Amino acid sequence: MRTTMMRRLRRDWFLLMLGLPGLLLVVLFHYVPLAGNVIAFKDYRPYLTIWEAPWVGFDNFRVIYDGDPAFLNALTNTLIISLIQIVVVFPIPIALAVLLNSLLSEKIKRVVQSVLYLPHFMSWVIVVALFQQMLGNAGLYNTWARAHEFPILHLIGNADLFLPLITSQAIWKDVGWGTIIFLAAISRVDTELFEAVAVDGGGRLRQLWHVTLPAIRSVVVLLLILRLGDVLTVGFEQIILQQAAVGQDASEVLDTYVYNRGIIDGNFGLAAAVGLVKGAIGLALVLIANKIAHLFGERGIYSRW
Amino acid sequence: MVTLASRSRTPQGSARKPKLINGAPAPNPAVRVLKGIVLLICCAAVAIPFVGVISTSLADQEQITQAGGYVLWPERPSLDAYEAIFRGGVVTRATLVSIGVTLVGSLLSMAVVALLAYSLSRPGSFAHRPLLMLVLVTMLFNAGMIPNYLLIKQLGLIDSWWALILPPAVSAFQVIIVRAFFMEVPREIVDAARIDGAGELQILTRIMLPLSKAVLAVVGLFQAVAYWSAFFNALLYINSTDKWPLQLVLRSYVVDNTAIGTDLPGEIVPPQQSLQMAILVVSLVPICLLYPFLQKHFAKGVVVGAVKG
Repeated sequence: MRTTMMRRLRRDWFLLMLGLPGLLLVVLFHYVPLAGNVIAFKDYRPYLTIWEAPWVGFDNFRVIYDGDPAFLNALTNTLIISLIQIVVVFPIPIALAVLLNSLLSEKIKRVVQSVLYLPHFMSWVIVVALFQQMLGNAGLYNTWARAHEFPILHLIGNADLFLPLITSQAIWKDVGWGTIIFLAAISRVDTELFEAVAVDGGGRLRQLWHVTLPAIRSVVVLLLILRLGDVLTVGFEQIILQQAAVGQDASEVLDTYVYNRGIIDGNFGLAAAVGLVKGAIGLALVLIANKIAHLFGERGIYSRW
Repeated sequence: MVTLASRSRTPQGSARKPKLINGAPAPNPAVRVLKGIVLLICCAAVAIPFVGVISTSLADQEQITQAGGYVLWPERPSLDAYEAIFRGGVVTRATLVSIGVTLVGSLLSMAVVALLAYSLSRPGSFAHRPLLMLVLVTMLFNAGMIPNYLLIKQLGLIDSWWALILPPAVSAFQVIIVRAFFMEVPREIVDAARIDGAGELQILTRIMLPLSKAVLAVVGLFQAVAYWSAFFNALLYINSTDKWPLQLVLRSYVVDNTAIGTDLPGEIVPPQQSLQMAILVVSLVPICLLYPFLQKHFAKGVVVGAVKG
């Protein structure tokens, strides 16, 4: 047994050497930081190393179970935005995919797809900048509206409209891209199924209900599971870019809370504690959701090996 | 019944008894008009901002002043704004930084990912399963912002461009995709090469890489877009403004509207808006240049990733 291991090592050492740089990067940037989470249990000071900092047990987690108002505000905002994304944003790519799939001309379909996919590749900085330049108080629309005596819209930097604003930005950026996976699922359907429905006298709605939607069911479940794991993670870059304009009450989410407390205020231990709890809950949610998916007979994100 | 209008669009050969197009009865005209309107609005919502941005960046002073700030079509297009931002100030430097980080990053990433994927592509090799798990499991968790920041700090990479290049260089997702392609190469070819005396390196460079050019292109393009767009890592790790990549400049000059022109020497300063729009366009150009290539491959890449993952 031992000797075969040694023999395999001798045979494969060069293969392993080839993978080494990649493995080192994976370990360094994915596993080593995990250990860095110990500072959640320490009183970290910038002039001390992580190991020198004194242990403080669960003190840093106090902000969570004492229900610090700023933390609760961040948590509430996170959950609200997540809920909006699941209820409002999530179904739109499905509808758009069904619509695109029903187009008769392949050429038109491809042009529309090309246009709608493009924003996905833009950074959030570009998206936020575009929204400001189009809808901001001194933006394209309001400039035009002032000249033509149309109503001025205060859409940007308005705390009351922050949720609709970031929701529409999310839709603008990623809805087209979101259709890809649903279109792929629909295109795998045997057209005879559609024809069978039609021959039985069913119209387009019946086809949608009995063929198209069942065909994308497992993809929908899969994406919902993945989304569930991200319930505590919402548009960090998008929000941090616009936080100054609307204030923290309206825009603080858990990720910005961690950033503002940790990197900006220098309260690393507390920020790490919040981040750790957030990560642990996210991981637990994915595992639970996947289990549920298995119970319902879906494949989930990973099957048991 | 099928109307005349829809018949003209029906592909030939589908003139069978129950009129079916893609297995569906031909839609009625009202529905088709409605669909057209919805799609037109969708496309316009994406296209108009781009047109507005490009036009304003090209418009001259007079027209912009006349229009109050923005134009949807430049009457006398000029490149003044671009000349101004590329006269050697912050924007010029940031553009070069972004180009450098993107090039070095995506080449490094492609190389390391290909090597790792190859090394994990042979079931039965030494520690194959544990190493594969080591990579795959990283998809399930993220260590968190603070530990990542502290790591970069401990490595002494704060204010270094390596902090932008190294952390995102290898992701499990890319390794899976490339590995899947390598594993589809028939074993016979590899065995034959080995009998002919080829070593691992030769098998990789002479057989695997040429056969998987497409997937490597996908990984490289996606990485290039990611490096070009990276904003948050730059915000975290790059403190000195003279090392800023373009995304940070874009934020401070366009999103936060910090006064521009202070470091732009010269007598004629083009209008604020066209300077801002020119910076925005510069940050859009590489994406738009890569987009046709991305589009050719991405659907396939995404689907492969979803199926194999």
